[in-house]
Amino acid sequence: MRNPQLNANGELTHLLSIEGLPREVITHILDTASSFLKVSHRDVKKVPLLRGKSVFNVFFENSTRTRTTFEIAAKRLSADVINLDVTRSSTAKGETLLDTVDNLVAMHADMFVVRHAASGAPHLIADHLHRLGRRDVHVVNAGDGRHAHPTQGLLDMYTIRHYKKDFNDLVVAVVGDILHSRVARSDLHALTTLGAAELRAVGPQTLLPTAIEKMGVRVCHDLRAGLRDCDVIIMLRLQNERMNGALLPSAREYFSCYGLTPAMLALAKPDAIVMHPGPMNRGVEIDSDVADGPQAVILPQVTFGIAVRMAVMGILAGN
Amino acid sequence: MPTIDLPDAEAQCSELAELIRPHLRSDTVLVGIHSGGVWVARRLCERLALNKEIGLIDVSFYRDDYSERGLHPRVKPSSIPFDVEGRPLILVDDVLYTGRTTRAAINELFDYGRPASIQLAVLADRGRRQLPICADYCPWRVALDPSQELILSTNDDGRLQWSVAENA
Amino acid sequence: MSYPLLHLRNARLIDPSQGIDGRLDLFLADGRVAGVGQAPAGFTAQRRIEASGLIACPGLVDLSARLGGIEAELQAAVAGGVTSLACPPDSKPPLDEPGLVERLVRRSDMLGLARVYPIGALTQELAGRRLAEMNGLARAGCIAFSQAKCPIIDTQLLLRAMQYAATFGYAVRLRPQEHFLAREGVAHDGEVASRLGLTGIPVSAETVAISTALQLAGETGVRLHLSRLSSAAGVKLIRAARRAGVPVSCDVAIHHLHLSEVDIGYFDSNARLDPPLRSQNDREALRTAVGDGLAAICSDHTPVDADGKQLPFAEATPGATGLELLLPLTLLWSEQTKLPLTVALARITSDPATILGIDAGSLAVGCPADICLFDPDQLWQVTPGGLRSQGKNTPFLGREIKGRVRMTLIGGRIVYEA
Repeated sequence: MRNPQLNANGELTHLLSIEGLPREVITHILDTASSFLKVSHRDVKKVPLLRGKSVFNVFFENSTRTRTTFEIAAKRLSADVINLDVTRSSTAKGETLLDTVDNLVAMHADMFVVRHAASGAPHLIADHLHRLGRRDVHVVNAGDGRHAHPTQGLLDMYTIRHYKKDFNDLVVAVVGDILHSRVARSDLHALTTLGAAELRAVGPQTLLPTAIEKMGVRVCHDLRAGLRDCDVIIMLRLQNERMNGALLPSAREYFSCYGLTPAMLALAKPDAIVMHPGPMNRGVEIDSDVADGPQAVILPQVTFGIAVRMAVMGILAGN
Repeated sequence: MPTIDLPDAEAQCSELAELIRPHLRSDTVLVGIHSGGVWVARRLCERLALNKEIGLIDVSFYRDDYSERGLHPRVKPSSIPFDVEGRPLILVDDVLYTGRTTRAAINELFDYGRPASIQLAVLADRGRRQLPICADYCPWRVALDPSQELILSTNDDGRLQWSVAENA
Repeated sequence: MSYPLLHLRNARLIDPSQGIDGRLDLFLADGRVAGVGQAPAGFTAQRRIEASGLIACPGLVDLSARLGGIEAELQAAVAGGVTSLACPPDSKPPLDEPGLVERLVRRSDMLGLARVYPIGALTQELAGRRLAEMNGLARAGCIAFSQAKCPIIDTQLLLRAMQYAATFGYAVRLRPQEHFLAREGVAHDGEVASRLGLTGIPVSAETVAISTALQLAGETGVRLHLSRLSSAAGVKLIRAARRAGVPVSCDVAIHHLHLSEVDIGYFDSNARLDPPLRSQNDREALRTAVGDGLAAICSDHTPVDADGKQLPFAEATPGATGLELLLPLTLLWSEQTKLPLTVALARITSDPATILGIDAGSLAVGCPADICLFDPDQLWQVTPGGLRSQGKNTPFLGREIKGRVRMTLIGGRIVYEA
């Protein structure tokens, strides 16, 4: 089966998922990101790499936050950025996803940054472009359903590498709603590829996907066991709609069982870092004392996120 | 194919330093272009006894062949540890050829501020320029066939040495 | 209508209903089989069909084929060697009115292609709230009743539907899938769905529904057929029920004999099927169940237009085209499992005919001359242009498969010839 993310030379042409990316490709993106990070510290925070290229942010699902980080990244590469909020316009008129894509290709789009509520939507677009023979148009998955959020996964890896240098001996716990989390899936694939020593998935059975052990993960239903001697803790956001009683009795009970409090954090290694893809639900999955504490690296994640997205776009547009 | 005697690159660095010395100002700083230019700039800095750190620049994000060749697989971060504004800069590279790398480096430097001046120092000038650029300091002018690549590298003792590779 | 006297010469005749596999000529008269191996007294053929190198078998009987555009799909049927098919009631509008059924029967009779046996709706509008007029529907031509893929959520109503059907001796066909457990699911609840972030349908959705159906069938004595099994656990339940003497029959869609969840690959919407493709273990159990005769095979033919498939996996319309692939995929299964053709072909001829209770699936003297003549070795590639069905959607698109129909006869008339 053709790997839809790589071109005939094995170069990255779309970023759809971390699953199936060779280790060297991931490392290359992270290395390139560190060069871009330096650019963000200058007076002129722009490089001319994507001058004249058009990047379309096509968000079928609302997310001002993610869209903004992609917008900043593209602008720092000197690309022209066009934001399309498709949630309101085309789909309401009965236009299909691929109709929208065809229209934007006709407007000479060079890159699509796609957010969609359905798992696999960016694959569908990449496949469509392949059939059209448009090898010059690139797709970046900015989050599809529960499937993948590869740039978040990469920025998480950048953050971990920044603080921990090496992945080999790391024990990483991913805590919370893994079932609905594309971030968790991307993180787990990336950590597996980069060779983390132990991965733990922590949460109640209602929030863990079936057969998650097959992804090389140890399942812990008990937060204490899950956090013991961890190097890295990745907390996941618990969406409000999950707390309606079908999966969890209440936010209060969830926090008492799985909320990251200073006492719980003390079970991890003293130099453990705490990550969160944001936006946080303080008092639901994470205590404010932890979120604002010295072990939290949640804001650096955001900074690194811009550099990682610049690296991804810079590499894709050149392949 | 012309075969040439390759000069001692370390001796050339000293020669280049002497060419620069009369024109040094107290606030002059050196900026080396990755990776050969950085090695040369380090040696110049030492031989001219400059007490300021050199700047390092990687022009990958500014190259004009990005559309054809993509992003260079080994991008190094640029690092300019001083204020560029109003300063005399000497840009250092190992080989001056088409002039495109120099153009990209000058563009990048301007994104750090407006220097008082930029001069160019290179170990070797192999001609065949594609842009109106020339070196201010250069100890060696050499004619090579376009199929040949002039490469500066460091040997096991850490000494600089020249080699010529034939590109197919 | 006049029927020519036909002599089918030199074919290898395989008729599972008579246990025949050999070089036997067929003699057809009055739309029926007049002689097998030797001509009846006084038979003078008006036409001879030379069929050496080909296999002749009873026309295929398909337990479930959706028709959509009826003419194109019936053309597809005969091109696939299918001469009788049962059509589920979830057409638009659903088959819940005797008038609709009469129209379908009339229209298909007029076309004179494959014979169509409508399955009536068990409940009005398939909504699972009020019983449909089963007696009227049966008189209009329905041979069984089902809900297609619409559930009856209310178990009491399901009981009533079975009781009512049993009253008249009608067969009830159910696709076993518990509504709530399968809610929003689009793929087998397993490794692949977890990895791809697709909502899963657990195996328990099937086993819970099978258990419910079996218990209610036991209570009511209704003739029960369970459509399109997908799991090893489901097979196990039915096997146990059969051993305990419950007269339940079942089928497996041809795709499920060949594919598993892995074939979803990178979100291939052609592999979005209902029920979902499950694990390789499940596939092996289905193969065994079909191999030993517990289950028959159906094409589960569901033409979907391109718009219905060019969507993200979860939003794509489930289903695959199947009428033209039923035979070659059955042959492939038989080749892979080393089952003799008499056994493999029984699953798509005599077995489904028995389940439907129709006069088909046999070439014994006196039976309707519905015949499929095919070249078992001819290779062909599955391409959208090569399929007669309006549905070009199949996970086998682009694959090369073996076995091509060369001629189809219905009631002694040649309705397809390639």
